[in-house]
Amino acid sequence: MDSQPSLIEQSFNNRYSSWVRDALDDLPDNFTITDPSISGHPIVFASRGFLKMSGYSREEVIGRNGRVFQGPRTNRRSVMEIREAIREERTIEVNLLNYKKDGTPFWLLFRMSPVFCKEDGKVTHFVAVQVPLVSKKHRRNNGVSFSEDAGSGLREIVFGSCRREVCSDSLLDLDRVLALDSDNRGLEIEESCEASDLEKQRAAIASNNVLSVLIHYSESTGRAVCGKRCSLPGTGFISSSLHISLGRIKQSFVLTDPHLPDMPIVYASDAFLKLTGYDKHEVLGHNCRFLNGVDTDAATLNQITESIRTERACTVRILNYRKDKSSFWNFLHMSPIRNASGKIAYFVSVQVEEGSKNQDRHGLSLEMWQLSAVGAIKVALRSLSMCAGPSKS
Amino acid sequence: MLRIKRVPTVVSNYQKDEAEEGARRVGGCGRNCLNKCCIQGAKLPLYAFKRVNQTQSEKDVLGHDTKEPPVAFLDSLLLGEWEDRMQRGLFRYDVTACETKVIPGECGFIAQLNEGRHLKKRPTEFRVDKVLQPFDGNKFNFTKVGQEEVLFQFEASEDGEVQFHPNAPVDVENSPSVVAINVSPIEYGHVLLIPRILECLPQRIDRDSFSFALYMAAEAGNPYFRVGYNSLGAFATINHLHFQAYYLAVPFPIEKAPTNKITTLAGGVKISELLNYPVRGLVFEGGNALQDLSNTVSDACICLQDNNIPYNVLISDCGKRVFLLPQCYAEKQALGEVSAELLDTQVNPAVWEISGHMVLKRKKDFEEASEENAWRLLAVVSLSEERFQEVNAFIFEAITCGDNANADISESLHGEADADAQPQSRKVDAITTSSGPAMVPGTHECLVLLYSQGTREHSSHDVEERAPSTAKEFKRVAEEKLRELKKGMANQTSEKVYDGVEEATIGDSNVDSIENRFKKQEEGADYRKRGENE
Repeated sequence: MDSQPSLIEQSFNNRYSSWVRDALDDLPDNFTITDPSISGHPIVFASRGFLKMSGYSREEVIGRNGRVFQGPRTNRRSVMEIREAIREERTIEVNLLNYKKDGTPFWLLFRMSPVFCKEDGKVTHFVAVQVPLVSKKHRRNNGVSFSEDAGSGLREIVFGSCRREVCSDSLLDLDRVLALDSDNRGLEIEESCEASDLEKQRAAIASNNVLSVLIHYSESTGRAVCGKRCSLPGTGFISSSLHISLGRIKQSFVLTDPHLPDMPIVYASDAFLKLTGYDKHEVLGHNCRFLNGVDTDAATLNQITESIRTERACTVRILNYRKDKSSFWNFLHMSPIRNASGKIAYFVSVQVEEGSKNQDRHGLSLEMWQLSAVGAIKVALRSLSMCAGPSKS
Repeated sequence: MLRIKRVPTVVSNYQKDEAEEGARRVGGCGRNCLNKCCIQGAKLPLYAFKRVNQTQSEKDVLGHDTKEPPVAFLDSLLLGEWEDRMQRGLFRYDVTACETKVIPGECGFIAQLNEGRHLKKRPTEFRVDKVLQPFDGNKFNFTKVGQEEVLFQFEASEDGEVQFHPNAPVDVENSPSVVAINVSPIEYGHVLLIPRILECLPQRIDRDSFSFALYMAAEAGNPYFRVGYNSLGAFATINHLHFQAYYLAVPFPIEKAPTNKITTLAGGVKISELLNYPVRGLVFEGGNALQDLSNTVSDACICLQDNNIPYNVLISDCGKRVFLLPQCYAEKQALGEVSAELLDTQVNPAVWEISGHMVLKRKKDFEEASEENAWRLLAVVSLSEERFQEVNAFIFEAITCGDNANADISESLHGEADADAQPQSRKVDAITTSSGPAMVPGTHECLVLLYSQGTREHSSHDVEERAPSTAKEFKRVAEEKLRELKKGMANQTSEKVYDGVEEATIGDSNVDSIENRFKKQEEGADYRKRGENE
């Protein structure tokens, strides 16, 4: 958790060099860039335009998930559509009602596209361009269906809310005001808002501009990205959406792939890296045996091997070693994980260091806590392997 | 009396065939159940949730300094306890070993092949024409499940803070609500929420119990953990108040369907109508507080059950959206109006199927699963447009009783209905013909009424030629029914029905298809025998 700021730095600098930020800052558009491989799918970059529009400072936005800008009136179906696009790693364009820092709702055209790693076809980032929408009522003042009156009503809300914000101490208070005033005509922000072709064009152009900058700078580091998936991910591939789901699970665990030679680790949680002291690249692709050492009990290892062979879950207490050679008793639970076709896709190992205090468990027993991770992983894997393929278009 | 035969789902390892049950009960219990015999001194984990209002919790996300919302605790508790029961072998099969897929197409229906769910049980008769039936202690109910099948107790916290006690005594006086496993899960984490289990409430929604279910969805904090409800007559098999829930990290087709806003109530609850979906239904969302949403939906449910209209409810998106779907499949099945082809699939369109998650029993159906097939099945579940509008009128009357701010509701309701009348989305219109303007308890009057729609006025002579003996009777019942409707309802509603009747008479194909089905039914009179499905 505490290593997140540096992860976010890395997410960007390693791939695009540190100069990319200046180049992105020169773009006038409103956009954010997120990294699905970091736990919580956080924003790793926010443009100046976006910060101005949303009223947040850069520090307040970096590291957070895009959902913080949603509010009570945000259309739940649109949110679901975005969630699905992330899952399917495709571009989405949707009209969305978001909230500024001061609580003002506003309509925007949200266009999000994946950025792929040229080499392995994985999604490295998502670029989300946001074009604020001019109200239909403003635009079509003389239209048959919209009266001028309604247009000025809308303007009132914006100012009205801002004024209220000034007098209220906290967001919570503001919210109460909003809730109480829900019958106030001024708060009747439109139910829906359509983007014009011009606005759609703007979003597409902005999206392309950001992508060009990213492509350009990624070439300089030798870790090129592209806007379309160029190569199909190989075996042992963990999709970005699975990454996002797994990233929510806070326990220490690894996934190993029994279909690959020597059953290597294909996913390691942040907590695992913290517990063992290794870096991600030092464990991915390796068999778990690097955790064992001179005093690790061979009988326990046999028990694990046997469970893998019979495809059953097992719980053992095993002596493991960290990168710095220090040892710890690992309360280890291992279980097969099936994909949507009902076949075993991975084995999960959940580690808990014996004697570790864990306040986060809220009184849940250590066993239940471990099993909850297994359950969450089963749900994620089963559900996310249900779709036809990683990318549809 | 309308009945269908189906294999009841085995939700508990203690749910044996009734006969067997009777024989065993003589010897006393001794199985650590939840009844008086065993409950004394029992201990179960207890999760107490905090009653918060929704807008506040939204703000928490904005205002709080946490980098991301932590995995909600109820989520972990439920998953952990469920996985524990799985590893202890309490389930009848490993649901994660059942193949499942998203069916190609616009809607994204989800199909699961589950060959093990329906074995080992004899078909039982279910009465489907009474949505409210008294609790019957002699039949299987949840007080008979073993304590090991119960995951935890679930209640509102008294001091307003979330609390968890890993080992809390069961307070019999305090009528605990519990979450138990369904031993025939249709997805991972399939559980039953049984409000005030020891009070032995029949399957019937009230404000309290519904808010319980909504809180459970909200507390789990996972948009893919959905809570559902089936009324009697809409494929609930156990008449002991319960909700179901499970995890499936895929959007349901019903959640993706476009909607058309009908109105927003004073409490902030927005009500829309589903569009371009095979089953007609209402969507409730928003509300200034969770309780607003809860009250509105439960009032609508109460209205439906009081009017003897079977329905299903889906609570989705962490309790932020609720789908309400009145249905008439079981009624049609009992009347022999469901095609043999559909019945053969043995799919029972309960809340999950209606939401787009199909559990299929035959490999053939799984392999051939298509959007068209799913749509065809669900279209039979749906009320006809005119009946749906009529039912909506009931619902709106009920929920606006305490909501004086909405004088123009019925107007907007009908306005929207007209806008939606274009045939844009009704793929299988031929099958969706009405189930009749009223669900009539007892007898076969429904079938008669169905005919009556096709026979009134314009084409009555036409029918006389085809079926001289019964046509007069049809006409009589239809006219009687219309008189009743005119008497008992708001004027516009009965006009709506009247329009519907006339509309139905114009399309002669309706009459034909009904006629054909009727013939078919007479020929192969095995309709009711065939209903060996669950």
